[in-house]
Amino acid sequence: MNAIVDISRLSARYGRTTALDDVSLQIDKGELFGVIGPDGAGKSTLYKILATLMPPVSGGASVCGLDIVKDYRDVRSRIGYMPERFSLYKDLSVQENLKFFAALFGASVRKNYDLIAPIFRQLERFPDRKAGALSGGMKQKLALSCALIHRPEILLLDEPTTGVDAVSRSEFWEILRSLKNQGITILVSTSYMDEANLCQRIAMIDRGRILGTDTPARLVDRLGERLFAARADNMFRLLEELRRLPQVKECYTFGATLHVVVSDDFDPQQAARIMENCGLKDVDITPAKGTIEDLFIKLTANEH
Amino acid sequence: MAILNALIKKESLHIIRDPRTLLITLLMPLVLLLLFGFAISTEVRNIRICAVVDRHTDETRAILERFRCNEYFDFQGLVASTEQNRMLEEGLTDAILILRSASGNTESQIIVDASNTTMAQAATGYIESVVSGQSGNSPIISSTLYNPQLKSSYNFVPGIMGMIFILICAIMTSVSIVREKETGTLNLLIVSPIRAYTIILGKLIPYFILSAVILAIVLLLAYGVLGMPYSPASIVNVVLFSLMYILLSLSIGLLISALVRTQMAALIVSAVAFMLPVVMLSGMIFPIDNLPVVLQWVSAVIPARWYIAAMRKIMVQEISIEFLVRELTILASTTAVLLTLAIVKFKSAVR
Repeated sequence: MNAIVDISRLSARYGRTTALDDVSLQIDKGELFGVIGPDGAGKSTLYKILATLMPPVSGGASVCGLDIVKDYRDVRSRIGYMPERFSLYKDLSVQENLKFFAALFGASVRKNYDLIAPIFRQLERFPDRKAGALSGGMKQKLALSCALIHRPEILLLDEPTTGVDAVSRSEFWEILRSLKNQGITILVSTSYMDEANLCQRIAMIDRGRILGTDTPARLVDRLGERLFAARADNMFRLLEELRRLPQVKECYTFGATLHVVVSDDFDPQQAARIMENCGLKDVDITPAKGTIEDLFIKLTANEH
Repeated sequence: MAILNALIKKESLHIIRDPRTLLITLLMPLVLLLLFGFAISTEVRNIRICAVVDRHTDETRAILERFRCNEYFDFQGLVASTEQNRMLEEGLTDAILILRSASGNTESQIIVDASNTTMAQAATGYIESVVSGQSGNSPIISSTLYNPQLKSSYNFVPGIMGMIFILICAIMTSVSIVREKETGTLNLLIVSPIRAYTIILGKLIPYFILSAVILAIVLLLAYGVLGMPYSPASIVNVVLFSLMYILLSLSIGLLISALVRTQMAALIVSAVAFMLPVVMLSGMIFPIDNLPVVLQWVSAVIPARWYIAAMRKIMVQEISIEFLVRELTILASTTAVLLTLAIVKFKSAVR
């Protein structure tokens, strides 16, 4: 087994609710692996189990070849865990937070500074500012620095980009790529589907179950259906009217447009004419390229 | 050791960076002590009294004279027997003394407005002693030991100490740990390789030190301002018992923090489950002997009761520690049990 993280048939429960249902995943060393799914899909539970905060109900997992239940203490020094909310001490300064987390792991800030330098550079300007007074993006960078300061082999990042502005988000992914290049295995979760393409491989998770694991491109190929983007002056009526067409299998809002999944006998020009006959103006139906989100909608729709 | 230092330093920063809480913790004992020590007391003064006398004799005159010069009474003069009910009903007086002369003897009757029970009880006692002061047949010589002036501060200081430490230690410790649960930083502590013991010590030591500072303030006030009797031996005992009681309160805080999830819950549990019994059932205000039997049993499991009892014996009676074996045993064993329970619960909560 080459996998640095090996999850096999893992299940977890909160009372009666099943949070994870028979989850198996293998993550290779040095991979930038994404766990993609909507809120409440079980991402955070998966992270808590891997971070040894919560024992699984059944199944197991190993991290760096160490069992997360039996060898939990050894696992803890190998991982860097960044929980969903940026858990920092708000009343401590940037410098104090970093020093404290280094001390917890018996690590030295000076020795490991090279690793966090690219991230921490922006924070260096105000070492005495309280963590609570930082912007979302800055908090995120500080939390990442604190999770990295003991040079973990694996980074567990639970929704690190939630609540962070777009610029900081793309900057953050840039940082993750450079960390990956330094040989750190990164397991990152997100509910933003567009971030899926930034990972080498992803696992799609919904209601505690893995829907598919592969590279983003190959996953999109699985969609295997004709897809069109449609827009008109009245989007809501367009949605209603398109759903009435027999050739339309599925129609849903996608950003500013509608995505229409159709059967082979669908003719966009003809459909546009029908829409205009219904009183809609500026109707535009063009072929579209599928994304992870489309696949998600398809897979979860089948489940219902 | 370096990790423990880092934890203690971090916790101290939390305490110092929250000056409002710190100020309240340091001022509260001060205010409570001064308030109970000076302003609030169960002594009754200025009892308004009227007298109804059917026939004046030397005896009645002597009795009334004693009331006139007694500083506890405000003698309002003689009233007609037809007036007495109206005076009480309209609240113009607190008590009426009726003196009747029958066949050479003076019979006396006391009517007291008992809408305020404490006042009525005290007034009746005072009036009886002033009236009977004249009959020299069988004088009762009473001598009040330990607190001859019946200063209420002697009574309140131990009670307030019993309350303050529960309040500060239990609430502050539990809230500070549960706050870390809420913000998620506790999870980061757990995920690090440090042991649960280290987390516990890192929490307990700073609050233990803070409590010791508060103990010093309280003792300075008690001995310096309120004039509690002072002797080196009693101070050693006071400090010994108090430090144990502080440890006990910290264990309660730790236990609460392992059981609840939100700061609000921690606050409510500490306040309702621990503060109220301490105030009501520990003998701090209401004597335990006056409680219904069932509540007396309940009070036996409240550690504050034994601490307060011990403090009264040490601070007021100034007796030596061999008379305190019962209190010492109970407090020490409760501390041991609570601390063990708290550590076990906390460890299983954080694994």
